[in-house]
Amino acid sequence: MSGGAEFIVDSATGIDVALPVAGPGARSYAFIIDWHIRLVLALAWYAGAALLYSGRLTLAAPLASDTRWFTTVLAPALAIYFLYHPVVELALRGSTPGKRMAGVRIVNRHGAAPGAGAVLIRNVFRLIDSLPLCYGVGLVSVAMTAEHLRIGDLAAGTLLVYERPAPAPAGAAALGTARDPAAAEVAAELLQRWPQLLPEARIRLARALLAAQADGAGTHGADDRYWQARLRELLRSGGVS
Amino acid sequence: MSHPGERGRALAVSLLQHSAQWQAAQARAQRLAAGRTADAADATQLAQDYRTLAYDLARARALLPDSRTREYLERTYAQAHATLYRGAWHPLDSLLRLLREQLPRAVRWLLPYLAWSTTIFVLSALAGYALVRHYPELIALFASPELIASVEHGRLWTEGLLNVVPSAVLSVQILTNNIVVSLFAYCAGFLFGLGTLYILGLNGLMLGAVFAFTAQHALARPLLEFIVAHGCVELSVMCLSGAAGAAVGEALIRPGSQGRMESFRRAAARSGTVLFACTLLLIGAGLIEGYVSPDPRFSFTARIAIGAGYWLVMVLLLSGRLWPRQRQAARRIIE
Repeated sequence: MSGGAEFIVDSATGIDVALPVAGPGARSYAFIIDWHIRLVLALAWYAGAALLYSGRLTLAAPLASDTRWFTTVLAPALAIYFLYHPVVELALRGSTPGKRMAGVRIVNRHGAAPGAGAVLIRNVFRLIDSLPLCYGVGLVSVAMTAEHLRIGDLAAGTLLVYERPAPAPAGAAALGTARDPAAAEVAAELLQRWPQLLPEARIRLARALLAAQADGAGTHGADDRYWQARLRELLRSGGVS
Repeated sequence: MSHPGERGRALAVSLLQHSAQWQAAQARAQRLAAGRTADAADATQLAQDYRTLAYDLARARALLPDSRTREYLERTYAQAHATLYRGAWHPLDSLLRLLREQLPRAVRWLLPYLAWSTTIFVLSALAGYALVRHYPELIALFASPELIASVEHGRLWTEGLLNVVPSAVLSVQILTNNIVVSLFAYCAGFLFGLGTLYILGLNGLMLGAVFAFTAQHALARPLLEFIVAHGCVELSVMCLSGAAGAAVGEALIRPGSQGRMESFRRAAARSGTVLFACTLLLIGAGLIEGYVSPDPRFSFTARIAIGAGYWLVMVLLLSGRLWPRQRQAARRIIE
């Protein structure tokens, strides 16, 4: 299990939904990716538009104030940088490329995608969260709240949760025929990770698992293939009782 | 490793026989969430999947509490929940509903706060005026040296502004600054309303002080001519965002029975609508300030007409009367 904080949402089925809450690390990671994306986009616009506008290899602003330069070069670049979060979060319904890469998404207090109002409010409060610099207030708030919320999230009633889909349990199809599914599940995962583990480590784990099943303890000198075969047997039959 | 009894083992085994169904449900939820299918049968099946997953998850929590299977089911169930409760997304309808229904409700709720924020702003402006009138040297606290030098030479700092900065640039600079100040006045309400009080007070003091200073140099009338077109809405919006900030501050000071954070969240959600309208109004005010206010071709009468007209538009927008009311009427008939 993840072991982190969970946000519990009531469900119409009567079985609550447990959403793993994203901590300061995942939030910062997502923000840094997004910050780089918007910086690169804004600079790319500025550079491309400035080169096209001047027709020369220069990025310098015209000496005299120039409305066209301002509206076609500078203003769009600033708009990309400052409006990136509200616009992208609205368009992707609570997600951004950075959040996707960090495996997190914004949800409301019902576990659903946030509405437009909530997205706008959480972005307005960036003004407070970003104080005094480098999101100081926001980071303190995230560190001090159980659900790792910045002020904008508190105001908008939103939170960040992990959305990585869980891989299906190893050997799921075989587990349905095992006599002890919990032991068989561990055996299946150990077999799946067998090539990545050091020989001593995998044999030690296999011995411990089989010992817990009252079998295999004290079998010294057996080779790698022997332990693999024992684990497959455990997976098939659910252990030796 | 737990050792469930024979009955528990048998139940777990029967549970795990559903694994193919869970994987199909997971794939379906992913497909629907990504919008890769518009199949109605698929969507209907997801509702059935959701119930199956809930039932199996409840069993997994009891039978296999520390297993990968349980973790997998938790995440798949959460994914199905998010997909089912994603809701329709009609941004234009949401925007119209916000402007037509939610905004007037929020403004009505904010009226007492608006009365207080306007009073604070007006009192601060009067205080600033009185201070600089009696102690002219205090203008250095409220205005920049360039502004003071310009007025002392008998010229408003706004004269010839368009020769230096084009209207478009000026408009964007002004509206950006005003929007940031307005949003900050609102957000500063998070400091138990003290931040909002400070921003309202400071802006009121500055306005009063600058008027007193220009009056001492016989420039009060030109200053009034400059600000009348955009100022009516700009100052009203300042008071309105201050009122929204005060509401957020009061929600933190006096949360009532619902808890401080919940009270804050509700106040922020309600007043956030007003902030959206404030931003729209400030964009208009910024354009007027860039294109009309510094342009000497506009007469004083024309400026008053523009200022009053835009203020009227603001009142109509905030009261919800700017839009046709057919839907509300239809709803009343249905009710």
